[in-house]
Amino acid sequence: MAEITLSHYLVLSMVLFGLGLVGVAVRRNAIIMMMSVELMLNAANLTLVAYSHHHGVASGQVVAFFVMALAAAEAAVGLALLLAVYRHLRTVNIDEMRQLRR
Amino acid sequence: MEAITFWILAAGTTMSAAAVVLPPFGRNPVHAAFALASTLFFLACLFVMLSATFLAAIQILVYASAIMVLFVFVIMLLNLRKADLGEVRITGMKVVTAMAILLLVGKVVKVAWTGSHGAAASASLRSGPDFDAIGSVGDLLFRQFLLPFEMTSVLLLVAVIGAVVVARRRFGRGVE
Repeated sequence: MAEITLSHYLVLSMVLFGLGLVGVAVRRNAIIMMMSVELMLNAANLTLVAYSHHHGVASGQVVAFFVMALAAAEAAVGLALLLAVYRHLRTVNIDEMRQLRR
Repeated sequence: MEAITFWILAAGTTMSAAAVVLPPFGRNPVHAAFALASTLFFLACLFVMLSATFLAAIQILVYASAIMVLFVFVIMLLNLRKADLGEVRITGMKVVTAMAILLLVGKVVKVAWTGSHGAAASASLRSGPDFDAIGSVGDLLFRQFLLPFEMTSVLLLVAVIGAVVVARRRFGRGVE
């Protein structure tokens, strides 16, 4: 309780990642699933920044910066796909997207 | 003082992340989006605590603003009614999945906790005033990581073009 160490940040990041994973696995709303993916990416970022701080090296922050750029690209393309799918099927529930399964 | 701040921020992060994911709170996508925005804000505060001030600024500018605006815009464009959201069905399969993931997280947390309390890692986080976040990040970005940095711009360009092409209104009319 007294001192905040690296493992505190690692555990917080793992909890965040687990919440994101639960969101992707359990929720059926595609928007919420994408938000959960963002949560997982942020958990990875927190780990990177915590290690970067722990070792006093800034390259972890640079990698986290790249992750953010990647997340922006992923969100743009993913949400565009979601819009296209919604125009087609009038739903964002992924249980109803089973055209390839038939 | 640092410990108290960390615990407050950690609790805020965890609770708002749970509000994104868990069905009773995150049923409405708009509520989930706001919960996600507050999670990202709390994470930016944690980045400040880890003396990553540049990343904290980028987190607020890119994540909590730009990406969240994108999400909220898409939610607005989809214009979902209550019926479209569907019921929250808690099936046995979902419960088992969630339990398995929580078990996995618990295991990893245990390993992280016991493993990094060893000799090297138990030292408290360094926070020297000489740790110049923006300067060192910029230096690395434009020297060692110059090629990935330029590739990122190509990636973003491809993503923008791809998003416009995919989300175009008449996309796939001939395919139907």
